[in-house]
Amino acid sequence: MEKTWNNKAWFMVLPVLLLVAFSAVIPLMTVVNYSVQDTFGNNVFFWNGSDWYTEILESERFWLSMVRNLIFSATILAIEIPLGIFIALNMPKKGWGVPVCLVLMALPLLIPWNVVGTIWQVFGRIDIGLLGYTLSSLGFDYNYVNDPTDAWVTVILMDVWHWTSLVVLLCYAGLVSIPDAFYQAAKIDGASRWAVFRYIQLPKMNRVLLIAVLLRFMDSFMIYTEPFVVTGGGPGNSTTFLSIDLVKIAIGQFDLGPAAAMSIIYFLIILLLSWVFYTVMTSVDAER
Amino acid sequence: MARIDVNHVRHSYLPNPQKDADFALREVHHVFEDGGAYALLGPSGCGKTTLLNIISGLLHPSHGQLLFNGKDVTNLSTQERNIAQVFQFPVIYDTMTVYDNLAFPLRNRGVPEADVDRKVRETLEMIDLASWAKKKARGLTADQKQKISLGRGLVRSDVNAILFDEPLTVIDPHMKWVLRSQLKQLHRRFGYTMVYVTHDQTEALTFADQVVVMYDGGIVQIGTPAELFERPRHTFVGYFIGSPGMNVMPVAIDGKTATLGSQRIELPGAPKAGSGAVELGIRPEYVRLGREGMAVQVSKVEDLGRHKVVRAKLEGRDISAVIGEDETLPADPKVRFDPAGINIYADSWRVEMEA
Repeated sequence: MEKTWNNKAWFMVLPVLLLVAFSAVIPLMTVVNYSVQDTFGNNVFFWNGSDWYTEILESERFWLSMVRNLIFSATILAIEIPLGIFIALNMPKKGWGVPVCLVLMALPLLIPWNVVGTIWQVFGRIDIGLLGYTLSSLGFDYNYVNDPTDAWVTVILMDVWHWTSLVVLLCYAGLVSIPDAFYQAAKIDGASRWAVFRYIQLPKMNRVLLIAVLLRFMDSFMIYTEPFVVTGGGPGNSTTFLSIDLVKIAIGQFDLGPAAAMSIIYFLIILLLSWVFYTVMTSVDAER
Repeated sequence: MARIDVNHVRHSYLPNPQKDADFALREVHHVFEDGGAYALLGPSGCGKTTLLNIISGLLHPSHGQLLFNGKDVTNLSTQERNIAQVFQFPVIYDTMTVYDNLAFPLRNRGVPEADVDRKVRETLEMIDLASWAKKKARGLTADQKQKISLGRGLVRSDVNAILFDEPLTVIDPHMKWVLRSQLKQLHRRFGYTMVYVTHDQTEALTFADQVVVMYDGGIVQIGTPAELFERPRHTFVGYFIGSPGMNVMPVAIDGKTATLGSQRIELPGAPKAGSGAVELGIRPEYVRLGREGMAVQVSKVEDLGRHKVVRAKLEGRDISAVIGEDETLPADPKVRFDPAGINIYADSWRVEMEA
């Protein structure tokens, strides 16, 4: 049969195209524009080629932020994923405990990022904060304002407090979808608690775990608000992650060119990582 | 292998059962002899699976006691009871290979690896999956997966009993027949105590020496397939076993005669007095169609290939009869009841007849 070509369909996609153009493509292009030019004010631009890119990629500062960010992401994943699985395994499967636990778990997720930051900023203060005051009156030398280790501990604790719930909820959803027959068969087969986890629960959770890892990695790799509110990237540069560094360059120093180049590099890294995760997830699906 | 005594077991899923209707299992008191092949037959929701799970220890009964070879096991866990059970839907460990799936129950019990290997290979032969041993279990079809579940039930030779909970539901008809004969063969070879839950009467009658028919949370009759067919103790057994089920009609009894509307039926003996509504039951196989007897109006004839089922009305009630494939219906059909096939029921339970 002859295909009927009808170009009217293009008009249907037009609104979406316009929306995406205004919200994503045009802003991105202006960033590209800045990243290849230099300006000295008065909207006078000079062509600069790939100089800003070279400068960023050769700067120690960029790589240090990157390393800090990777360490941060790896740490919170290493804590949140096992902890989330552990909590999900111990949540009740039926009865009144289920809604209570679910609501408790969802609470941190409902709090806006900057409020979470403010909560922990106050919580950790040694003069009035519950955590900070208690720790220092117990004789611990805790001060996130001038000790880099304490600052890291605080930021990581905050992220764990804020986001472990997400992992818990995803794992819990995976767990409750396992039919009872699997547990019954495991009992008949004489499986130990560990074997039940290793051969039934973990394989059934692997899809949701992949999603949890992906979401938590992306989010933590782009983290800005909470550490910015708590530590402002300090003390020194010890908690300056990529996005905080980016904002410092762009707004703090008003170096638009390097900032734009860094944005593009940052964007490409995230794009690459998303692609890797997507490929891994779809290949796991195909194996089923 | 063990003799299993189910002593006055009652079970309710409610926390605080009061009346009979609260019990999923009203009361079961029965002995499964060592080495017997039993089928638990009954409609959905009659308590078959509940009884099975109580035997395997997945459920703890609300009342009553369970003995294996005379030893009380009511409070022992499933592991301690050493039971194998196969479930209705395939349960496989999908990150393991087919081989490891079968080895799992043995390895969990610390069986030496040489014995594991021997048993697993033997079982793989039996379920016809030997060539799949090294494959990951997740890629298999539904009936291959169910064969693995079945295999895991058969791989241990020291179990007290093997329980089957409608294991062949997801298997296609031809394979069903093959697997059933294999189970039967295994039973003869090793003398396992086997309890097989099903709602399929053909499955029950071909598998078991003794069929336990359950209805509404209790056992209504235990017997050989022939007994269930010839002398159903309860009208439910009459309906449930046989295709089509038994014809049951209300009658009035006077000595050795039963009266159905304006018809009089000679009985082989005088029924003992029973309480409640009196009914006459006769299997379609014992209803003779001919030129003599009680007049019926035939509504349809179903040709099933080997025989025909005639649906008709007798005194305004539905009745079915089975006739041979080559028999034809007379122009003015009448029916007679073969006295050998007549059973009398009072309040749904069969009453004996005195000659």
